[in-house]
Amino acid sequence: MQTVKVNNQTHVVDVPGDMPLLWVLRDILKLTGTKFGCGIAQCGACTVHMDGQPIRSCVLPVGDVSGREITTIEAIGEQPLAQKVQRAWLDHEVAQCGYCQSGQIMSAVALLANNNRIDDHAIDQAMAGNICRCATYTRIRSAIQDVSESVGVWQP
Amino acid sequence: MSDNHLTQESASRRQFLKGSTAAMGGLMVGAWLPPFAPKSAAAAAVATQKGALGDRFAEGFGAFVRVGHDGRVAVISPKIEMGQGIHTGIAMMVAEELEVGLDQIDLQEAPPDADLYTDTLLQFQATGGSTSTRYTWEPLRRAGATARMLLVEAAASVWKVEAGQCQARDGQVLGPDGQALGYGKLVDLAATYPLPETVELKQPEAFRLIGTPAQRLDTPAKVNGEAKFTIDLDVPGMLITSARACPVYGGTVRQVSDRAARAIPGVKDVVVLENAVAVTATNTWACFEALKALDIEWDYGANRELNSARVGEKLHEASRRDGVVAAENGNIDQSLDTAATQFEAVYEQPFLSHSPLEPMTCVAHVQADGCDLWVGTQVPGLAQQTAASITGLSPEQIRIHNQWIGGAFGRRLDFDFITQAVQIASKVDYPVKLTWSREEDMTHDMYRPRYVDRMTAAIGDDGYPAGWRHRIAGGSIIARYLGGLPDNGVDFDAVEIAVDPVYHLDDLKVHYIREEPEVVPISWWRGVGVLRGIYAVECFIDELAHNAGIDPLTYRKTLLQHRPRVVAALERLAEQSNWGDPLPEGRGRGLAVGEVFGSVVATVVELSAVGDKGIRIDRLVTVVDCGLVTNPTSVKAQMEGGTLFGLSAALFNEIEIEQGQVQQENFHEYRQLRMGEAPSVEVDVMPSAEAPGGVGEAGTALIGPALVNAVHAAFGDRVRQLPLTRSGYYIV
Repeated sequence: MQTVKVNNQTHVVDVPGDMPLLWVLRDILKLTGTKFGCGIAQCGACTVHMDGQPIRSCVLPVGDVSGREITTIEAIGEQPLAQKVQRAWLDHEVAQCGYCQSGQIMSAVALLANNNRIDDHAIDQAMAGNICRCATYTRIRSAIQDVSESVGVWQP
Repeated sequence: MSDNHLTQESASRRQFLKGSTAAMGGLMVGAWLPPFAPKSAAAAAVATQKGALGDRFAEGFGAFVRVGHDGRVAVISPKIEMGQGIHTGIAMMVAEELEVGLDQIDLQEAPPDADLYTDTLLQFQATGGSTSTRYTWEPLRRAGATARMLLVEAAASVWKVEAGQCQARDGQVLGPDGQALGYGKLVDLAATYPLPETVELKQPEAFRLIGTPAQRLDTPAKVNGEAKFTIDLDVPGMLITSARACPVYGGTVRQVSDRAARAIPGVKDVVVLENAVAVTATNTWACFEALKALDIEWDYGANRELNSARVGEKLHEASRRDGVVAAENGNIDQSLDTAATQFEAVYEQPFLSHSPLEPMTCVAHVQADGCDLWVGTQVPGLAQQTAASITGLSPEQIRIHNQWIGGAFGRRLDFDFITQAVQIASKVDYPVKLTWSREEDMTHDMYRPRYVDRMTAAIGDDGYPAGWRHRIAGGSIIARYLGGLPDNGVDFDAVEIAVDPVYHLDDLKVHYIREEPEVVPISWWRGVGVLRGIYAVECFIDELAHNAGIDPLTYRKTLLQHRPRVVAALERLAEQSNWGDPLPEGRGRGLAVGEVFGSVVATVVELSAVGDKGIRIDRLVTVVDCGLVTNPTSVKAQMEGGTLFGLSAALFNEIEIEQGQVQQENFHEYRQLRMGEAPSVEVDVMPSAEAPGGVGEAGTALIGPALVNAVHAAFGDRVRQLPLTRSGYYIV
């Protein structure tokens, strides 16, 4: 039995401790907003927050998350900053197929929440782990810049 | 047929409601049932195109547009949404003519139905080849306009006035004396009228929606985790399944030892197919672990020895032979004999994987009297056929519930994974959701073919070509897909662009030499044959310009005097990219232009040479004349994304085969541009009154040659083989 706290709810799940968190979220808890893309932390589609930090849930054993707070795309909109990010994603019409965008947004929110100064280089670094096959990178950057400006952390 | 049609529609409606946040209440149920018209507008449009349909529409369903009692408009999309924004575009076309707001429209996926949903450009029901806007433009607007006319007629008859005195606006008909009736109130009466004989469509000046940027209808669900792709579906009683196919294409399973796999918690069944072994389990992780734990003895079959080097040698050999003549004007053989100069160049393009971020997925439930498939597919009719042939059920018993696709780029024009899902589902008594691992997806793709183009030009004293001979060697997607080549032996996809280059040439002869690398199943990849053709032609013309010592843009324009639309795009590109401005040493611009998918596109890459082989892309400018634009936001997005998609491939991507097995398994070996490497793409959409052209693949097709031409300008090195990493280049 594993205990996980996801989006402020504690769940006890009957899975082996080495099952990656991704599959607990998707297959057991039916939180399918977090996506599977590569299984080896190369694409970032599975990005969620653990205690506010972005992590790749496809390689994180569920046994290692007990006592930690996991937040997924389904609940991130409860945070005002994340709402701004989601809004910016729509204003900039970022998504194409949309499959990677949960992960992109989770990475972007963490970048914005955890930094007092954000510039292009910071965006490059923070978003480097997220592949978009539709290649919406330019719009992702603009959306992040917009939010950075609106919350006063943008450093041109 | 009628009953089944109904069932299928109800099911897909449920699906839609489940995934939709809009509260539509119970009205929709009643609203759905009364058909809009005995013969729908769209049916008429299709009927015009395809000839008589008999009494097919006695059942009363509109093919494209249905108006409910609550006034909501269901638009049945013959095109699947895979990121290109087509659902929004189609909704705009209907809304424009029907005089409703976009917020009054609900999108539904069309079921397989060749009579109703055949794309006349593709000649079957499919989403691909950048045809979606081009094909739907006429019938979908016509469907909206016809519906509007019938509703106006109904209102006029209620008010006992002339239809001409009434006006449709925002989902209502307005009468001459201030009367107003919502569409929902008029549906039943309108449905009793025959279709109008003539339907007039708005002139572009009258458009109020088309041509204005519209927020996409599908994106709100894509920023909060609500969007459902095939991989996210959950059907009652469903288990997950995943499979390992023979690593060599064409190989088979000899025997399997599955004890360790079955011991993994959650594993239910091990299903042995001819060429693959599948595991079903309560979760995906158990499937993946169990597949690793299987001990499978393969019969690798005839392709066990094949490797990339050998495939390359055979293609180069083939390019030295004449093949089937795909096009011929003038007499190139004579011109080559008498030309002041001959110039030959050989271009090579690698096998490519689609690698959409959603791997291959399909939910299948096979029962004695029917089969349900929930799957994002570009080819619903073919999905239906493959399921029918495996199960022995009739096509009408196969219900396809098409889904949003997490990237396709052509991958889901194939149905191998659907076949596999149905095979597995046929052997178990519960629904299964097939989910491939990334490794399975990348090593069992249907790859973009590898091609060798050998081009030989006859050059006059002025440095311009009298013409050229173009030999194209490669496998035939058409032959695999359609089960054979047309009578003339030419794969019409493989010779695209080559048979009709934009440039004026007195002599042109195009040979197609089919050289089939049996080991690699090949299929369409974003840009299709156009991508291959533009690469060869645009690199070659650039070389000819350079050899002649003439500016490559000027050189092209000289050969384009008969194509003013292309010249206009080039001139616009020159302005936008500051083409004539001098650049410092070590910096260069490359250009490519083409008339592709009904659009004219021209692209400039400006880059700096960093050290010996480092590339820093400084600017990327693309100009597109895609005719009348439906949603400018989507056009720009497709041009940006398509260009960078092609840039990743041209820089980095190649699928290699050793011992018959694909060597690249995941994104660390088949790498993609990442945030810090992706240049911004300056897209200039030219105002144009031409018919709508495609944009989904246009950017992808142009970037490759523009990039290598820029590499030549900056480094002085003429690279003819993609990807650039093969020649030691890297991105800075």
